[in-house]
Amino acid sequence: MTATVTGLEVAGAIEQRFPDAVVEATPEYAVVAPEELIEVLTWLRDDDSMLFKFLSSLTAVDREEWFEVVYHLESFRTNRITVIKVRSDDRDDPIVPSVVDVWPGAQLQEREAYDLMGIRFEGNPDLRRIFLWDGFAGFPLRKDYMNLAGGQMAGLERFPGEPGLEFNNRGTQ
Amino acid sequence: MTSLQSEPFVINIGPQHPSTHGVFRLRLTMDGEKITEADMVMGYLHRSMEKLAEERTYTQNIPFTDRTDYLSAMTGNLAYVLAVERLMEVEVPERAKWLRMIMAELQRIASHAMAVGIFANDTGAWQTPVMHMFRDREKILDLFEMACGARLTLNYMRIGGVSRDIPPEWIPQAKKLLKDLPKKFAEYEDLLLTNEIIVARSRGIGVLTPDQAIAHSVSGPMLRGSGVAWDIRKADPYAAYDKVDFDVAVGTNGDVYDRFVVRMAEMRQSLRILEQALEMMPEGPVHARLGAATVQPGGQSIAPLAYRPPVGEAYARIESPRGEIGYYIVSDGSPAPFRFHIRSPSFINLTPLALMTVGSTVADAVVILGSVDIVVGEVDR
Repeated sequence: MTATVTGLEVAGAIEQRFPDAVVEATPEYAVVAPEELIEVLTWLRDDDSMLFKFLSSLTAVDREEWFEVVYHLESFRTNRITVIKVRSDDRDDPIVPSVVDVWPGAQLQEREAYDLMGIRFEGNPDLRRIFLWDGFAGFPLRKDYMNLAGGQMAGLERFPGEPGLEFNNRGTQ
Repeated sequence: MTSLQSEPFVINIGPQHPSTHGVFRLRLTMDGEKITEADMVMGYLHRSMEKLAEERTYTQNIPFTDRTDYLSAMTGNLAYVLAVERLMEVEVPERAKWLRMIMAELQRIASHAMAVGIFANDTGAWQTPVMHMFRDREKILDLFEMACGARLTLNYMRIGGVSRDIPPEWIPQAKKLLKDLPKKFAEYEDLLLTNEIIVARSRGIGVLTPDQAIAHSVSGPMLRGSGVAWDIRKADPYAAYDKVDFDVAVGTNGDVYDRFVVRMAEMRQSLRILEQALEMMPEGPVHARLGAATVQPGGQSIAPLAYRPPVGEAYARIESPRGEIGYYIVSDGSPAPFRFHIRSPSFINLTPLALMTVGSTVADAVVILGSVDIVVGEVDR
């Protein structure tokens, strides 16, 4: 079975090496400061106690107060998985360092996160839209993206017994 | 000898082209016969599933997972329900786990048959192998139809189990198929594995070293073709994979030929799993009781359609025929996911495409793309 390195464990290990790098740690994940992200991830990849050489998934989440980029890291040798996050609270132009130099496998996934969520990955050599066309207005996966003309709340009445109002700020108000 | 200078020349392959396996476009910049740049243009099949899923209940989202990787709907279903079950901490009944594994392995054979057949198409064996493969795939789709009523977009898995138990006549028909398939596989191995044209067009082409494969997040038969023995069914057993015996097929050279051989070998291994599973599958319920998980706001009775998982997030990844398919679900406690992300192997396996194709010819690029085995529904989502 793949063991999960909890956010608290990985945060403790990071803090011993990079004292100010960890912003928040929960059992599920560890949040790293963007300034130290590349050093921390490179260390997680190369250090003999970590060896997270495989970037399983890179994606972005709009938490409304901030954007976060989520990295799921896997180690084949030790059969472990861990979750690292980095945040940006700039809604107009969120910038996060690119990890393409650490894992080239991040290239297309960063382009996807840029295309749909509008996160700018600083240092990515080829950050273009990938699914939508150039000139597309806005970033559709953001929660404040209006996806229906006239502010329709389509589909909400399909939740049985649920009033629609509860679903404000989900991009459909 | 100085080489002849030529003007850079752009060739578009796709979006409507048989060798792109869907609406996918490859833009190649050529210097004479040599590819100097390879750019992928995708999004022709982008349906914004991740946004749509944020407005539908957890159960309503299962059909989306059929329509990402439509050649392997069972594994898409399975990865998604595993992620939601992890979020809700649901224990799945034993028989449901076995049924999930059986369906996933049948799907793997059907999907690999398609991959190998179409790959033979790309190398020049026009339509004959693929028609043979389709013949077997049809029989597997018949089994799916018996189990869940659909053949392609199956929607069979449910949060907490599977939608229904298999009918009594299912097992005899499956056993008949399992008896039949080894003969067919032997025939394909005879026809294809040492076929001169396939070997000439695929050996030493599109090579990925193990380190390159891992660094580029490549997974599935591509990763194993490069000699990395990593299979999530072994490394992190889900469903009932820890109770059956099978080997991980591994290549050595990391070229197109090895990926093709790995797929052929995996079909044999899937057969092994199925033979054991049909004997060992226990009786019992196929769906967990999830009554407690359905919260009823305002005392109204609420259909079990609207599960409300606790606030949190979960990531589940499994071995789909194309590689590591993962679902990352963030819940805010409402009946719809706050964030629904698909880590799709077809998409991420395309990352090193430029690395593999630059320096080769257009004819090689077609074969290399075929060896990645993309499903554009899953690339674009």
